[in-house]
Amino acid sequence: MPEILSAPLVVEFPFTRSLGPVRSAFLTGLRERVVLGVRTRDGRVLVPPAEYDPYTAEELGELVPVAATGCVTTWTWNPRPLPGQPLGTPFAWVLVRLDGADTALLHALDVPGPQAVRTGMRVHIRWARRRTGAITDLACFEPYDGPPGQPGRYDGEFTDLVTLLNAPARLDYTYSPGRAQTRYLRALAEHRITGERCPRCRKVSVPPRGACPTCGVASEEEVTVGPRGTVTTFCVVNIKGRDQRIEVPYVYAHIVLDGADLALHGRIAGLPCDQVRMGLRVEPVWSGDGRHPDHYRPTGEPDAGYQTFQGRW
Amino acid sequence: MREPVAVVGIGQTHHAAARRDVSLPGLVREAAQRALEDAQLAWADIEAVVIGKAPDFFEGVMMPELFLADALGAVGKPLLRVHTAGSVGGSTALVAASLVAARRHGTVLALAFEKQSESNAMWGLSLPVPFQPPLLAGAGGFFAPHVRAYIRRTGAPGVVGPMVACKDRRNALLNPYAHLHEREITLERVCASPMLWDPIRYAETCPSSDGACALVLTGRAGARRSPAPPAWVLGSAMRSEPTLFAGKDSVSPRAGRECAAEVYRQAGITDPRREIDAAELYVPFSWYEPMWLENLGFAEEGEGWKLTESGATALGGELPVNPSGGVLSTNPIGASGLIRFAEAALQVRGQAGEHQVAGARRVLGHAYGGGAQFFAVWLVGDEPPAG
Repeated sequence: MPEILSAPLVVEFPFTRSLGPVRSAFLTGLRERVVLGVRTRDGRVLVPPAEYDPYTAEELGELVPVAATGCVTTWTWNPRPLPGQPLGTPFAWVLVRLDGADTALLHALDVPGPQAVRTGMRVHIRWARRRTGAITDLACFEPYDGPPGQPGRYDGEFTDLVTLLNAPARLDYTYSPGRAQTRYLRALAEHRITGERCPRCRKVSVPPRGACPTCGVASEEEVTVGPRGTVTTFCVVNIKGRDQRIEVPYVYAHIVLDGADLALHGRIAGLPCDQVRMGLRVEPVWSGDGRHPDHYRPTGEPDAGYQTFQGRW
Repeated sequence: MREPVAVVGIGQTHHAAARRDVSLPGLVREAAQRALEDAQLAWADIEAVVIGKAPDFFEGVMMPELFLADALGAVGKPLLRVHTAGSVGGSTALVAASLVAARRHGTVLALAFEKQSESNAMWGLSLPVPFQPPLLAGAGGFFAPHVRAYIRRTGAPGVVGPMVACKDRRNALLNPYAHLHEREITLERVCASPMLWDPIRYAETCPSSDGACALVLTGRAGARRSPAPPAWVLGSAMRSEPTLFAGKDSVSPRAGRECAAEVYRQAGITDPRREIDAAELYVPFSWYEPMWLENLGFAEEGEGWKLTESGATALGGELPVNPSGGVLSTNPIGASGLIRFAEAALQVRGQAGEHQVAGARRVLGHAYGGGAQFFAVWLVGDEPPAG
């Protein structure tokens, strides 16, 4: 059994979040060094504020300032901080109920070690020096032994509200295409295109999936197809995708390789886009050390008749 | 014996390219609140919440249903997420309806949404999967070859696609919730717009929208308390098939044909074109109107474009299709299917306002998704199902 291929897959995007009125006020408040909560109809103050009452589903909007001091309601020790976490040195994750609030906020507590943390201890906010209207404006909490602080100053309005948050996200995967695709990809590296024949319906699927998508039975029999084939349908792409490298316009085509029952998808080049047609006979062209054909080009054979490929879109 | 299912509340947001004024919870709330107000019900009257949206990459929030629970009043109730790619809005309504039909819950909220402005769907549909050539960008390029195959197969004249786009964008002018309101739209302008994925032009392509839609579904007892006439579910079905397989008919997928056939069987429909008064079909690219007319049995194979070309699918025609303006005018992807289902219900309740089809008594709602592999259809009527 040859080794199964695998490679890193990074999925990364600069997502944005429109905040809505409540979160907008909360984050703008942090920029102004004021922590806002929201008051529910039964008088509880939720910090961080929710847009809707978690018990009654009622819409909430009465924003009230609370103090920058509070107490730890529970905690856990984080011995190895990860990139992007509030502190670069080991710290405690704490839930802090700020004075004037009825619920607790999750954040980091800067202390030298777990022996310096206990439930019920008093803490206060250490503000970030540069504040932009984000949760990171609250740099972390630190131990505090003074009296309860006064609520922050809030007259019901801020100028220059933060309304949008940038939320870049990145996921790191290890992707493996599996056994059947690995065989297919290794053959491609030798400039050979292969499919698998279903033992039941005898159809040849390209690329192979290790099982017939119609019959649901394992397909083991490898079949070399092509290299020539027929364009069954196509479109001319005139718009570039994000991060896409192929220059437009180009032709994206469905190609049934000789001996295959399922079209694969490829780019057609070697003739002007407006001369590509259904039935065009093509062959793969590899370039450099690319695993996949760079494109398919006309073979010069007469076009295949419509009846020969109809239904194999 | 199944409980007959009635739609007694319908709500949708004002759809737009970017609803920067609301958060995700605020967006879903807007639709849900309107549906509750329409039904004159309170949050406490809802027994279960079914929520649908397209892939999580479209906003980059993993399992958004978790943090939308309080906005949707789901605390202490079952909250169930549905996902079937672009057809998810339709599937969401059908999962919610099945909870009522099975008498599991008396009154259920179905809600679907997308906030496309927080991400980029073309990116979300073109992830850089290792070992695969980066050939394709977004849905337009994927579906354009199927459209070309349809045109070749039927010999349809090239103007049919632009006709659909022009009709749907004009219908949207009558729908205050629609995203696009293009007052200057003409057939000439559609034809002159740039070819993005030849044969699909820019003006024949759905927009990218932020929006949500919600329905309140209930049984006979709930329907009796409804302040407005309910829409009754006369038939409903979902069908799936793989994205790619030898013998797949991408132009008229078997799963779509069989889905419609099952709905007609349940509803006792033998001649859909004559017995159904209007349809809200999932048409993200103009040519999918004639393609689905054939797939759903409104026209014989190869004849769908003739129905469109004759004007039969225009508002005031024999079978109005997408009187709301359709997906071509409003596309919050996850919600798009539910909006089709909701608009069908609005029609039979006589509540569609300026885009009301006169005398609509039986209207079909349709959604498809993935690589034309997931289908969801319902038929609603102004009277409860027989029996």
